[in-house]
Amino acid sequence: MDINTILGPREQFIQGDTACVYGALLAGCSFFAGYPITPATEISEGMSRLLPKIGGTYIQMEDEIASLGAIIGASWTGKKTMTATSGPGFSLMQENLGYALMTETPCVIVNVQRGGPSTGQPTRASQGDVMQARYGSHGDYEIIVLSPSSVQEMLDLTIRAFNLSEKYRVPVILLADESIGHMREKITIPEHTLIINRTLVDIDYTEYKPFRAGYLHATKIPEFDTFGSKYNTYVTGLTHNKDGFPVTGDWKVHSDLIKRLSRKITDNIDDICEMDCRFLNYAESVIISYGISARPALSAVEMARTMEKNVAYINLKTIWPFNYEFISEVSKQVDKIVVVEMNMGQIYHCVKEAVEGRCDVELVSSLGGRVPTPKDILEVLK
Amino acid sequence: MIRISEEYCKGCGYCVFACPTDALKISNKINFRGVSIPLIDEKACKMCRLCEMICPDFAIVVEEE
Amino acid sequence: MISNKELHDKYIKKAMMPSILCAGCGNGTVLNATLRAIDVLDMDLDNMVFVSGIGCSSRLNAYINADALHATHGRALAFATGIKAGNPKLDVVVFTGDGDCAGIGGNHFIHAIRRNIGLTVIAINNYTYGMTGGQMSPTTPQKSISTTSPYGAIDHPFDLAELAKAAGAPYVARWTIAHPLQLQRAIKKGLKNNGFSFIEVLSPCPTSFWRRNKVRNFETIYNWYKENTVTIKKAKEHPDKIPIGELKNIDKDEWTDLWKSLVSEVRI
Repeated sequence: MDINTILGPREQFIQGDTACVYGALLAGCSFFAGYPITPATEISEGMSRLLPKIGGTYIQMEDEIASLGAIIGASWTGKKTMTATSGPGFSLMQENLGYALMTETPCVIVNVQRGGPSTGQPTRASQGDVMQARYGSHGDYEIIVLSPSSVQEMLDLTIRAFNLSEKYRVPVILLADESIGHMREKITIPEHTLIINRTLVDIDYTEYKPFRAGYLHATKIPEFDTFGSKYNTYVTGLTHNKDGFPVTGDWKVHSDLIKRLSRKITDNIDDICEMDCRFLNYAESVIISYGISARPALSAVEMARTMEKNVAYINLKTIWPFNYEFISEVSKQVDKIVVVEMNMGQIYHCVKEAVEGRCDVELVSSLGGRVPTPKDILEVLK
Repeated sequence: MIRISEEYCKGCGYCVFACPTDALKISNKINFRGVSIPLIDEKACKMCRLCEMICPDFAIVVEEE
Repeated sequence: MISNKELHDKYIKKAMMPSILCAGCGNGTVLNATLRAIDVLDMDLDNMVFVSGIGCSSRLNAYINADALHATHGRALAFATGIKAGNPKLDVVVFTGDGDCAGIGGNHFIHAIRRNIGLTVIAINNYTYGMTGGQMSPTTPQKSISTTSPYGAIDHPFDLAELAKAAGAPYVARWTIAHPLQLQRAIKKGLKNNGFSFIEVLSPCPTSFWRRNKVRNFETIYNWYKENTVTIKKAKEHPDKIPIGELKNIDKDEWTDLWKSLVSEVRI
C-alpha cells in the first residue's frame, strides 16, 4: 500500500518523534535498528509499528553501538537506514559514527537531546550535544547536522537528512531535543516529496574502484556499489586507497582521503546549509538560534520590533557545517549578535570565531530543561 | 606431483607434521625469505592432500602426474 | 578435490598475496578450509558477504574476491546482522577472533545467537590479542604468560563453543587447524545451516602466544593441538582435554524467516 495511505490524513496533530517516523518513511527509509532510550523511544515504537506494514525491516539491537552497526551494514545492502537515540546512546555511537564517515556510508542518526552529562535529565530538553555531534568521534572529519524547531520541521528535516545523506554519502545527524520530540503540534504531510537516492555504480567492473570519486560527475563522492552486485567492494574503516584496500603507512594516501571526505562537505556549504533568516535588511542586532530555542528567539524578535528595535532573526536549520562566511558577513552589518541556546554556550563560540570582534556577541543560556523565554532574550537586547 | 611455491611458503612445516606418509621433510633449503622449504619425497606420497588443506599460505599443490 | 592453485586463482585477490600473516599462523588454514567448503557447495561468491571485526582473524576477508566489510573492533556481528536483515538473500560469513568475539564483542555475540540470525560465524581462537602484540584475551588459559599477564594469567577463560551453545546457537562445532578436513566439513555444515552457525577453530599464534610461553618450535605447537584435544565421543575418558567435533546441530527458526512471516501477516 502507498505510504500516504498508511500515514493517514494529510493534516494531523502528532508528536515530534512520530513526525520523525513519518519523515523517514516518506524519504524511503526501509530499515531501522534501535535501542530504547528516553526521549527517543517513540521513534523506535513508531518504526516497529509501521515498517512491517510497508515491507521494511525493524530490528531491536542489544545497544546503541550495535544499532548504528546494523544500519551501516544494512545501508550497504542498498537500504535507506536510520537509528534514533539520545545523549547516552549517542555517546556509544561515536565509534561507529566515525566508521560511517570513513566508509562513506549513507545513514541517518536521530539524537533527541536530553540533559547531560551522563544520565542527566532523561525527560528534559537540552542542546548540550551540539559539539559532540560535530567532534564526538576521533580524527578529522566534517559532518552534516540538522536541527528542527517544530514538529513540522522534525518531519521536513528528517526527509532532508536522508536526501543529504544519500547525496553526499555521509551519515547525517538530526539533532532534535526532548521538547520537540515530545511536543504535539499540527503537521501537514507534504503532497510531493523530493527524494534523492545515492548514485549507483554503472561502469565496467574491471575498471571500477569503489572509493574513486568522479566517474560520472566531477564530484568528490564515489558511486555506490551495493553488496550482492557483481562488483566486489572491500569496506574498511582503515585508511584505504581508491581500490578500498588498506594503506595505513602512507601519509599521502591518508591525507588525500581525509581531505576529500572533508571537502565533499565544505565545498557544498551553500547546498547543505539551510537557514531561516528574517528582517536582516537594515538590522542593528540579530538573534541566532536553532532547535527549540529558536522559537522564543523569534517571539523576542517580534516583540522587539513592535518596540521599534531593528532586530533580525537567524534560525540555523543546519548547524554543521557552520556557515562561518555568512555569519561573518552579518557581523559587518550589525552591532550586536545574541546567541540563544540550551547549553553553556556551544554555537556561541563558532559565532564569536566568525565575527572576529567586529560586533558584540552575547549568549542567552538556559539549562536544566528550561526553555529560554522571550523575556530572557529581550533583557540582553536592551 | 608435489609442488611448493617458494614465493608463498613461510616455512612453518605444518605440511611436514601433517603428512601421514613422510613424503615431506624439513630441509636445509632456504628460500628468499630465509625459511626452510620442505623436501619432497614423491615416492612416499599417497595423494591424501592433507598438506594442501593445512598449508596456511596456499603454497603447496599436489597433482596427479 | 580442488587444488590449492585452483582455489587460489578462483577465490583469492592475487594482489594481496602472500598474506601479512606470520609464519605458523593458523588463520590461512581457516581461510583455506572456508574456501574449500564454499567450493564444494558451489556457492555464488557474488551473493556472499564476508564480515569481520578487528584483529588478525579479521584480516581474512580482505583476501577473498567478494564483497567484504571490515567493521569496528568487536562489532562484526552487529554489522553482519544489519547486512543479513537488510538483504536476507545474501550468504553472510563472519570471521572473528577470541578478543573480537568474546571480549569487546561479547554482548553482540550472545545477542546475535539469541536472535538466531542466519550468519556463519568462524571464530579463530588463538588465546591472545595477536595484532596488538600478545595481551591476555578472554580465552587465554590460566597460568599462561602474555604481555599483560607476565606472572601467569589468573582470569578464568571463556569456552567459546560452550558459550554459543548456552546462548542457544543451533549449530556449534569446534576443531583445530590440525584437523583441516573436519574443519572444512564443519564449515560446510555451518554454511548450509539456515540459522546462526558457530564454528570455533583453535589456531596457533606462534609469534604472540606460544613464543611468550616458551614454545618456539612449530612441531611442538602443531602437536599441542593434536595432543590436547579429544573428539566428543571420547571426551568423558579425557576430562583434561578440549572436546572437539560437532557439539550441537538442531533446527531453530531463523530471524529473517520469522520477520518475513511477520511482514506477510501485517503488511497492508
